[in-house]
Amino acid sequence: MVMCQVTMLDGSQFPCEVEKRAKGQYLFFKVCETLNLLEKDYFGLSFKDNTDQTCWLDPLKEMKRQIRNAPWNFSFNVKFYPPDPSQLTEDITRYLLCLQLRQDIASGRLPCSFVTHALLGSYTLQAELGDHDPDEHRTDYISDFHFAPSQTREMEEKVVELHKSHRGMTPAQADTQFLENAKKLSMFGVDLHHAKDSEGVDIMLGVCANGLLIYKDRLRINRFAWPKILKISYKRSNFYIKIRPGETEQFESTVGFKLPNHRAAKRLWKVCVENHTFFRLMTPEQPTKAKFLTLGSKFRYSGRTQAQTRQASSLIDRPAPYFQRTSSKRISRSLDGAPVISVISDGSGPEGGKENGRDPALELSSDSKEDEEPSDGAAAAATTAAASNSAEEDADESEATLRKSKLRVQGENIYVRHSNLMLEDLDKTQDDVLKHQASISELKRSFMEATPEPRPSQWDKRLTASPATSLRLQAQGKSPPRMETFLPESKDVVKSADDKQKSEAVAAATAAQPVVEIEETVIVEEVRKTPKPAAAASEVLEVQAVASQEPQEAAKVAVEEKKPAIEASISSDSESEEEAEYHPQTTSVSVEQIKEEPEEEQEEAELNKQEPSPEPEPIAVAEPEIAPAPVPVQPVVEDGTPNAKEEAQPVVDVVDDGIVEEEMMLTPDEAPNGYSAEDMQGLGSLEEEEQEPRMNGDASHVETEHLPQVICCSEPPVVKTEMVTISDTFAAQKTEIATKEVPIVHTETKTITYEAAQLDGSGDGEPGVLMTAQTITSESLCTTTTTHITKTLKGGLSETRIEKRIVITGDSDIDHDQALAQAIKEAKEQHPDMSVTRVVVHKETELAEDED
Amino acid sequence: MAGLMAGFGNFTHAVVRAIPESLAKDALRMNKFDVDLSKAQREHELYVNVLKNKLGLEVVELPADESLPDCVFVEDAAVVCGDTALITRPGAESRRKETEAMKKALTDLNLNIVEMTDESASLDGGDVLFTGREFFVGLSKRTNQRGAEILADAFKDYAVSTVPVVEGLHLKSFCSMGGPGLIVIGSSEHAQKALKIMQQMSDHRYDKLTVPDDIAANCIYMNLPSKGHVLLHCTPEEFPESAKVFEKLKDHMLIPVSNMEKVKVDGALTCCSVLINKRTNV
Repeated sequence: MVMCQVTMLDGSQFPCEVEKRAKGQYLFFKVCETLNLLEKDYFGLSFKDNTDQTCWLDPLKEMKRQIRNAPWNFSFNVKFYPPDPSQLTEDITRYLLCLQLRQDIASGRLPCSFVTHALLGSYTLQAELGDHDPDEHRTDYISDFHFAPSQTREMEEKVVELHKSHRGMTPAQADTQFLENAKKLSMFGVDLHHAKDSEGVDIMLGVCANGLLIYKDRLRINRFAWPKILKISYKRSNFYIKIRPGETEQFESTVGFKLPNHRAAKRLWKVCVENHTFFRLMTPEQPTKAKFLTLGSKFRYSGRTQAQTRQASSLIDRPAPYFQRTSSKRISRSLDGAPVISVISDGSGPEGGKENGRDPALELSSDSKEDEEPSDGAAAAATTAAASNSAEEDADESEATLRKSKLRVQGENIYVRHSNLMLEDLDKTQDDVLKHQASISELKRSFMEATPEPRPSQWDKRLTASPATSLRLQAQGKSPPRMETFLPESKDVVKSADDKQKSEAVAAATAAQPVVEIEETVIVEEVRKTPKPAAAASEVLEVQAVASQEPQEAAKVAVEEKKPAIEASISSDSESEEEAEYHPQTTSVSVEQIKEEPEEEQEEAELNKQEPSPEPEPIAVAEPEIAPAPVPVQPVVEDGTPNAKEEAQPVVDVVDDGIVEEEMMLTPDEAPNGYSAEDMQGLGSLEEEEQEPRMNGDASHVETEHLPQVICCSEPPVVKTEMVTISDTFAAQKTEIATKEVPIVHTETKTITYEAAQLDGSGDGEPGVLMTAQTITSESLCTTTTTHITKTLKGGLSETRIEKRIVITGDSDIDHDQALAQAIKEAKEQHPDMSVTRVVVHKETELAEDED
Repeated sequence: MAGLMAGFGNFTHAVVRAIPESLAKDALRMNKFDVDLSKAQREHELYVNVLKNKLGLEVVELPADESLPDCVFVEDAAVVCGDTALITRPGAESRRKETEAMKKALTDLNLNIVEMTDESASLDGGDVLFTGREFFVGLSKRTNQRGAEILADAFKDYAVSTVPVVEGLHLKSFCSMGGPGLIVIGSSEHAQKALKIMQQMSDHRYDKLTVPDDIAANCIYMNLPSKGHVLLHCTPEEFPESAKVFEKLKDHMLIPVSNMEKVKVDGALTCCSVLINKRTNV
């Protein structure tokens, strides 16, 4: 057992004993329990790593592995600032948000004007002291409070004057007023990160609910709303976003930023992934499918999204919990400059706040956001250096060495801002039209990236060999339906069951085939997914367990068996996180549908890095085999009308001399179960989308007819990707485009994905029950066809999903278009009542050459 | 209690300045036009009259200064938002001294004065579009990045985004606010382009009202307690097509104001006054 110290938002310390191997969520739930907080998804625990950078504690990972040598001190903070706090259900949640914002404001991280400082300060007084009492509250009564980074007498007088005017306002009302004003501040909820643009100019990247903001000094020089971002990735210390093409553009462009170091880049990437998922999606995205071992971080946001938490909050039915709004604790700490510093410096965490993964040290050097921390630019510099050190510690030694040698090459990418990039907001039709009419032959056109087929990273192999693996395989015989009894979320359930089946099938199918390694990778995949359900297992889990059918021994065993493997994968996670990517919404389809394009543009250099591995290297050919589980679950709306629903999702994988896979999912167009028309239109409403996350789960929405609408194709970036620089709009308009080199990535891997928008919004949290799952495999000389059928029952709706995978192995050159067309055609013929929701063609001809 | 960012278009005071005789000959202009001084002065009187008598604003009238031919265009000398007034550093050397009288007038009105002292900064108020939720600052011949930064510093509550102005004098030479969330924009290519940039840069949604003539897109919106939405815009004589567009605004009290002479020296409607709200804002 270890003793943790958590600094609460009111400045108090919460000691908590945890097991050494406890996961982050254990402590987080303890804290929430203590606070009596139900709407906890907006919050998180942060800690300072040994380089003094503030990090969010990943709830799914062991705390020990995250904090490493740092002390067990954490800080409870707001992680996602709700853009409209009035929509929070409980006053206590609003109160905690107020506490966070007061810190943000007092520390200068949330800049505001004199008048605003005074106004917000006056609401703080009203909330904490009640009505102004001329006898009790003499003018100096407020000097205990810290309203602004630099608080003047004049300001205090103004605060008092305003305080008097709030007479009669309850604390809850005052908090609400506070929030209603604070939320309008332009930097509300913006998590700033230092970066440089292509010309080495210092800029700040701000991540917020709506997207990514680019600042130069205090000025906003660009903005990329989430719907415009196709992909977020990082590689070493570079951070990239790929932007949807604009009205006059045919190609996507990629904007690159240079972060101080690798860890900073990764942290920014994570924050983006989390914010995007939380604010834009209905349900969290699945962790990266092992099929496309992207080598990079598999990190995905694992908590509930805002939509989910709102839904859950609406079910809160309890008398408003009592809590004390006492300023006393805070007065002695955070409301006073000095104590704050001490709180922080003792390592106990953000106090002054580092919500959203903010990195106070970095912020110090920004003039717009000063942190209360004592150190200034120096600290930032120091941490930078330190961070880069530790970043290297991160990696295997061999890796580190390799990286160094590659750095030269890597670091030289020049990114040029595309002039029209930012002008495309109004115009989405072209894009849409394109996608809508996309015929098979067009599949390749719009979205192309390379997929040098990654080899399994070390942990993958380790896992393969681990006992857990074999256990899992043995567990095959057990009926998958049982499994989900223990799993909190239906889609996870189905998914893992799915994967499992698939993997079994594939393994079986390929046993006699040249592709032997499949088995390994498949197993990895399974393991990969399990952390998710396990993690999500918070409260939902309990509910589920009760609600769903009797736990079965067999299932239990299976679950337990998984554990070691999960841990193994987690622990090795960091080793392969040199880079990672994330696709916010390739198609404005909701998470489940957004498949991770296998478009890793990783150079071979990186592949090489992964090579030194304990296990015998499987033939590269094997990997593509592991098709991403097609997330076959269509979530059922909470109040879902009891419509029987069916889906079929053939997955077709084609493998040729390299590998070609096609994956196809069919889903019947159908039943009114809560998909909004808007969703169906997919990209059709870019602008609307910017306004709000799509609320697929909303009962009020009507599901419309749909045909597959969204298509994305991947091909080597050589062809399609323009590397683009960030610079401000001004430069853009002046067309000072310093196009230099377009980095060329040699690769022969190609992936084409075809997705229907229809499943949009699936997975609104309602757990489903896997009814049946069966896998049929047929083989011919060079083709293996695996058909996998799952039936899931969720809230009265049953859904059938057929996934067909065809693996073609051979030397002949396969015409993808034809293969794809054929696959779709067949699928449609075989299942006329179903719709194709996804088709993936993955081809690997040969491993790319190292660009070095 | 008016909260933050409430009451867009709410004004109680206006600062204006008389036209010096030197305007006709010496005022800066992008095109060579002859200005009829007396006509310009009559026009300006009418303008002030609308503010004072028709709309009931308290108008502070600064005297003309013959050494400052452009001094009638007071907008460029100060940016006022809420209780804060930023005294600018106009981009044209010859206009720098215009701020002195303005500063005094605004000080007398009890505003918090912020001065732009940085010698590398320049900013004309005509490049500043305040939408009620955020600022857009045109980077133009008269306004530079540093000027925009200082503005951002002065108005910390708001996002300040920069917009390149490649043609025309100022950002507001082709756009202005026509209501809460309504941007009036000219039809020219550069105007449309600037609008797109503004839309891209903003977290907020704006409606747009496109008028055929760029300069006609410069109008004055107010939301006055007794009158509701008020819009001072171009006359049909000057811009018949654009005036027709304004006439579609049914909810607005529309007041066509002639600006024929002042426009010859690049003066638009908003240029001739600094509007202030002393009533609310906490």
